[in-house]
Formats: sequence, C-alpha cells, structure tokens
Amino acid sequence: MKFWRLPLDAEAHSIPQGMVHIIESRCKGCGFCIEFCPNGCLKQSKRFNVKGYHPPELIFQAEDCVECGLCSLICPEFAIFTELKEAKKITENDIEKVTTRYSRKDKRYTKR
Amino acid sequence: MKVRLRDISQFDKEAAETAIQKDHGLHPDDRFLKPGRIPHIWCPGCGLGVVLTTFIEAVRRNQIPIDKCVVVSGIGCTGRVAGYLDMDTYHTTHGRAIPFATGLALANPEMSVTVFSGDGDLFAIGGNHLIHAARRNVNLKVICVNNFNFGMTGGQVAPTTPLEARTSTTPTGNAEPGFNLPYLAHAAGAIYVARWTTFHPRQLVHSISQALNKKGFTFVEAIAPCPTGYGRPNKLGSGLEEMRFYRDMSEIRNGADPKLAEIKLRQRFIVGTFLDSERPDFLENYDKNVVSRVKSKQKVKEKGKAA
Ligand SMILES: Cc1ncc(C[n+]2csc(CCOP(=O)(O)OP(=O)(O)O)c2C)c(N)n1
Ligand code: SF4
Ligand code: SF4
Ligand code: SF4
Repeated sequence: MKFWRLPLDAEAHSIPQGMVHIIESRCKGCGFCIEFCPNGCLKQSKRFNVKGYHPPELIFQAEDCVECGLCSLICPEFAIFTELKEAKKITENDIEKVTTRYSRKDKRYTKR
Repeated sequence: MKVRLRDISQFDKEAAETAIQKDHGLHPDDRFLKPGRIPHIWCPGCGLGVVLTTFIEAVRRNQIPIDKCVVVSGIGCTGRVAGYLDMDTYHTTHGRAIPFATGLALANPEMSVTVFSGDGDLFAIGGNHLIHAARRNVNLKVICVNNFNFGMTGGQVAPTTPLEARTSTTPTGNAEPGFNLPYLAHAAGAIYVARWTTFHPRQLVHSISQALNKKGFTFVEAIAPCPTGYGRPNKLGSGLEEMRFYRDMSEIRNGADPKLAEIKLRQRFIVGTFLDSERPDFLENYDKNVVSRVKSKQKVKEKGKAA
C-alpha cells in the first residue's frame, strides 16, 4: 500500500539498525533466535560448528534487524548479541515495507 | 576385535588458560559470568539459560553493583546457576537455599539476595523453608525455574508435575495433581508473585527487576522447557517445540487471582504479574517488636541503677 505522505511526526522517530554478532562455537542449535526474531532476520546455516550443531546466520538483508535485542535475550547459550549500528531516518520506502510486512504479504510471515 | 585406545596426552594448563582467555568476553553478558564456565552443561533447548540471561539483564537494568549482589541456589540443573555467575554465589545443599539465604539477608541487610533454584529444590525437599520465609517476609528474591520434573536426576516426578503427565517414575501417568506455585506463594505471604514462561523473556526481565526493587519476599516462577526430562516422555518434542507450546498455551492476565493459575496437562494456563503489594518485612518487625523494646527496657534499668 502506498501512502500519499509521510506521517507528520516522522522526523521525531528513527529506525534503529542493528548489527548481529553470532559466536558460532557457543551455539547449541536450539533455534530459539531463528524462530522468535520478530523480523525474521535469521536462518539456520548449513555449516557445522565445533560442537556439531548448525549455528544461525543472517538472512539476505541484514538491515532488517531493528536491534530489538530479543535474540540475545532468548539465547540460552550467550551465543548471539546485537549492537546498534545507526538510527536511520524514516523514508517512504520503510513505511511501505512495514505495511506490507504486517499485512502478511511478506513470505516470511505467511510461512509461520 | 582389537580395541585401540587413544594415547593419553598430558593436560596442558597453559593452552587451556589461553583458550579460556580467548573465549571469555566475546559476549557482553560475559562480565557477569565466571571465565571458562561457558558453555554450560544444560541440554540444547533447555530453558534455564534463558532465565539466567533475563536475570543478568535485570541486574544490569537495576544497576545493582556486583559486590552487592548475592545468588544462592540449591541442587539440580537450576542449581548450577551459582557456578556460572561471577558474583557472590553459593551452591548450597539440596533444598536448603532459602535458610542459607535467610541468614545472609539478616546478617547483611544491604545485600540483594536472590534465591535461584528449581521447582524440586524449592517445593519438594525445601517446601517448608519456602513457606516460612514467605510468612516471615524475609527480604529474599526467589526465582523458581519450573520444568515440571527433577531434571538433573533423570526426569522423576516432582510436586509440580501435572496430573496424568508422564515422567520416568510415572510411566503410565502421574496420579497426583501438581502444586499451583503462585497460589501457594501468595497464600504463604509473598508480597510479589509473578509467573512467566521462557517465551516471555522481556516480561521476565521486567518482573525480576520489579522484584529486585522490592523489600520483602518476592516470588517469580519461570516455566522453562526441559526437553530431556519432561518434553520427551510427554511428546512435547524439542525445546523449540515446547517453547511454541508455551507460546500457544499461555494467556497473559496481569492481576488475576492466582487461584486460577493451576496448570493442567495440555491445557491453557495463565501467566502474568499476579500480586504486587507491600507489608513490613521481617527485619522491620523484628526491630519494632524485639530490638527497640529490649533497648528501652535496658534504658529504664540503667536509669534505676543510676538513681
Ligand atoms: C539430600 C539430597 N536428596 C536428593 C538429592 C538428589 N537430587 C539431586 S538434584 C534433584 C532434583 C532437582 O530438581 P529440580 O530442583 O526440579 O531441578 P532441575 O534439575 O529440574 O532444574 C535431586 C532429587 C540430593 N542431591 N540431595
Ligand atoms: S535484534 Fe531483534 S530484529 Fe535483530 S536479529 Fe535479534 S531478534 Fe531479530
Ligand atoms: S538461540 Fe543461541 S543457541 Fe539457540 S540457535 Fe540461536 S544462537 Fe544458537
Ligand atoms: S535435564 Fe532438563 S532442566 Fe536439566 S539441563 Fe537438560 S533440559 Fe535442562
């Protein structure tokens, strides 16, 4: 859906962008971070780590991570954490992206 | 068949030290963890690590200095928390975390004393200690990780195992209903009672921080998946599937009557902050009713002697 203008208070808000750090050797492949990341940023990799589990890896655009910190909170192994990279200004593009995402047209959301 | 044994190599202390040094500090939470203790022994998919992370986050959020923070735990998988946290921690005997912590809290009221233990430890062998600490309103923060069984010893039935649930000692189904822990803590006199599952890490952080700020006996129950002891016999699947189960089955109702918080096998249950109240804690009552009275009596006696 396209909006004819930006929200009036768009200036007052920003979109945080996170950088995800994964300590692969600690991961036990439980899949909590992959399943519960609200933006679907992670997926299971094909690689094995030293323990023989598949650690998570980032899906295509890493810019989807909004640094909510859920993955680091829900990881039982202290194997993943995020860092704030920058706080981006809101553009029309973002609004469009978010509206399609929450209207469940996004493939990642229909699959769940 | 000929068995070939591997050569035994000498333990290289220096190499082990450098490996620890290299690994420690990679994660921001490592500041709160003892070097060389991660990876922990908990099974893949176990919820205990999530509760530990939320506790660390709550301590960080409240900015409690590490030298003012004490964690006491009993025996069990949950009890191992004391070995991982890098602060004053005590790994006590089975069921005796609360009496030990009571002593600490009374001897040094400045300290923030948290009891971090399992359902079997706090409610089976240690049940009596818990209800009396709650009645006295000792300044303790109890975090009870409920995985519905005795995880460490091989998944035996616990006082929290729901009716009909299977465990290694109830292979045909449990004949006893389980405790409703929030109701029990509330009835015994806790001033703060909450229950969340590991699917609710943010709410858990919030509840633990609220509890850390209170003066008195607080009780937070964290329902955690135990794929090894409870998930497997009850066909709940892996830790992840058990998390999904808790997501679908939990209903957030803050302020609800804890009487409704009973957990039945494969049925919906409620989570939330059930109670947040105030009443004088044990030390306050003790000062008012014992210490100050004895002191005033002594003063009268001394006056009498002087006259
Ligand atoms: C006095 C005594 N009795 C029994 C035991 C055996 N024991 C060790 S751990 C445990 C159960 C712990 O269960 P729980 O507190 O639920 O912790 P979990 O492992 O499930 O996290 C028992 C009975 C013991 N160590 N000491
Ligand atoms: S910080 Fe949030 S959005 Fe980013 S990867 Fe972790 S869970 Fe996903
Ligand atoms: S939550 Fe942690 S242990 Fe589990 S898959 Fe993700 S990084 Fe690995
Ligand atoms: S037995 Fe259960 S509680 Fe213990 S580490 Fe394994 S999953 Fe966790």
